[in-house]
Amino acid sequence: MKFLSLLQSAIVYGTIILYGAMGEILTQKSGNLNLGVPGLMSLGAVGGFIVSRAYEILYCGSNGLTPNALLCILTALLGALLFSGLGGLLYSFLTISLRANQNVTGLTLTIFGCALANFYGSALLQKHGGVGSLSLAVTSNAFRAVIPGLETVTVFYALGWLVYISIALAIFMQWFLNRTRVGLNLRAVGESPATADAAGINVTKYKYVATCVGACISGLGGLYYFVDYVKAAWTSDGTLEALGWLAVALVIFATWKPARAIWASYLFGALSWLYFYIGGLNRSSQEIFKMLPYLVTIAVLVFVSLRRSKESQPPASLGLSYFREER
Amino acid sequence: MNHSHEPLIHIAKRDGIVWWKSWLIRLTGVVLALIVSALFIYGISKLDPLKVYGAMWDGAFGTSKRAWVTIRDTMMLLCIGIGLAPAFMMRFWNIGAEGQILVGGCATAAVMIYCGNAMPTWIMLVIMFAASCVSGAIWGLIPAIFKAHWNTNETLFTLMMNYIAIQLTNFLVSKWESPPGSNAVGVINLNTQSGWFPSILGQQYLLNVLIVLALAVVMFIYLRSSKQGYEIAVVGESENTARYAGISVKKVIIRTMAISGAICGVAGFVNVAGAAHTISTEVAGGRGFTAIIVAWLAKFNTFVMILIAALIIFLQKGAIQIASQFNLNDYASNVVTGIILFFILGSEFFINYEIRFRGGKS
Repeated sequence: MKFLSLLQSAIVYGTIILYGAMGEILTQKSGNLNLGVPGLMSLGAVGGFIVSRAYEILYCGSNGLTPNALLCILTALLGALLFSGLGGLLYSFLTISLRANQNVTGLTLTIFGCALANFYGSALLQKHGGVGSLSLAVTSNAFRAVIPGLETVTVFYALGWLVYISIALAIFMQWFLNRTRVGLNLRAVGESPATADAAGINVTKYKYVATCVGACISGLGGLYYFVDYVKAAWTSDGTLEALGWLAVALVIFATWKPARAIWASYLFGALSWLYFYIGGLNRSSQEIFKMLPYLVTIAVLVFVSLRRSKESQPPASLGLSYFREER
Repeated sequence: MNHSHEPLIHIAKRDGIVWWKSWLIRLTGVVLALIVSALFIYGISKLDPLKVYGAMWDGAFGTSKRAWVTIRDTMMLLCIGIGLAPAFMMRFWNIGAEGQILVGGCATAAVMIYCGNAMPTWIMLVIMFAASCVSGAIWGLIPAIFKAHWNTNETLFTLMMNYIAIQLTNFLVSKWESPPGSNAVGVINLNTQSGWFPSILGQQYLLNVLIVLALAVVMFIYLRSSKQGYEIAVVGESENTARYAGISVKKVIIRTMAISGAICGVAGFVNVAGAAHTISTEVAGGRGFTAIIVAWLAKFNTFVMILIAALIIFLQKGAIQIASQFNLNDYASNVVTGIILFFILGSEFFINYEIRFRGGKS
């Protein structure tokens, strides 16, 4: 039973990381190393919070209506995609059009996104009278709805439908990046923008679209964290930021392959919760155990650099701005 | 030539720019950032936009105590920036300042706890300084050795080292916690002030300022005028050029990261012994990330870093003051930091590139 319980926590935790990592894989395939993932995930979470609160509490609550579950889902999705997409657009504008350094811009986006999210999240909580007093019950339940027939099946009864969407999206992305013309073009842009440009591919457009869509996917991870993991009750404890960095690490761990990211994210989730299921640990040794996912990432990082196999390398022009006249 | 195929705007790299022009562009960026920050603060507080900066000034420099705290925090950010400068000049992405500060802070706290009240303060200060240097250097060396020998990606390696340091700090906090069950260490040596920075000329934080300014001067000279500083610059420009010139790239990477980590460790020492007098993950508190941007924007010039660090801390203190006046939370300060950094980053484009419009003179 302990194992099943660990598996369940691992999948829930892993799904947050998986969304973040899938967005970052798409972004990195276009040659943009976006270190703003924690910020984008936070923006996605707060966007979902602000917009679905506007519907569930402000609109329905004050008019005495019963919130419609479908509209709750749509408003939350709209908010999350809008906020994280705008974050991605800001990053794209600075790094692609203004050619600012990608690492520095990404870090700024993390600082800004996390702060903005926690600022508005905490301010909204305070408005309603503090922690625990504001929870979007209808929205949260709509997202945590279990696939009919699985309500009593072990592990599965705890998985909301966003979990299945994430798996489908990962498989779709794997196919998209390897089997479609657009996907191959995108990879060409990330490997060698000058070559792609010469072949008639619009490098700027590909980079913009991939980065913004990637940001939206990462933002969904934040939304899933908010509506499912914390059950739509805002917390500003830095957990989402730490998960965002794990998502960046997962991209390396999965060696830029979305399908591999599925099981890898669950492994990360399991490593993060292992301390909870190992008996006889006191609080201090638990802290040591929580190092595990980071230690494993470092091990993979070192292993990948030692092996130097062609299949597991980052996109060749990752982190570099492209300027046609500097070819 | 058919002009209809000429694009509306044409971007060209500048060969060089007069110094006053580049500063004018940066100044414009800062002014725009200040306007947007004021709008954000106006949005949350509905305070008269003109009064916003008055209130911010009051928050940062309103009393002599506030002014000293502002200076102290500027020095802390500057210290980390100084530590990061040599690494970034070498194009080594040390994202791990956060962790290096924490291990330096942990080492300092360990000395305060285990050796406190057993020896004179000045001996303790020397031991704490050395301990924080060594632990910060070790934290910087681990990714550097892998980078030098196997070209392991340093951005992600140093990032992961941050989280290991955070867990290590949490582990030590639960070991040293007092009173038991509080999950905090509390002020160390509260009654004896053993291991605390002594007041100089009646100023509690003057020693912080002196240490960091000394580091700024030394680092400026080291990077500009020493042989090792030159080697760092060459490795940063091109590792192949460095190899042809007979520079041992591995040695330079490892040595530079030891220095970088050590200074970030010292930042932890300055904060624990000179300001916080306790240990928690707040000793770094995200400053390691902000300082990366400070170091990058200052183009590794430690004196320009003072200006940028001061600007950021001023805005943060001001935003915190306004947020507390209006019963809002402190996250406002980092929102404002983000805004200013975005604008300075964007303004770099107009310094490096020139925009010509269709039909304009070339």
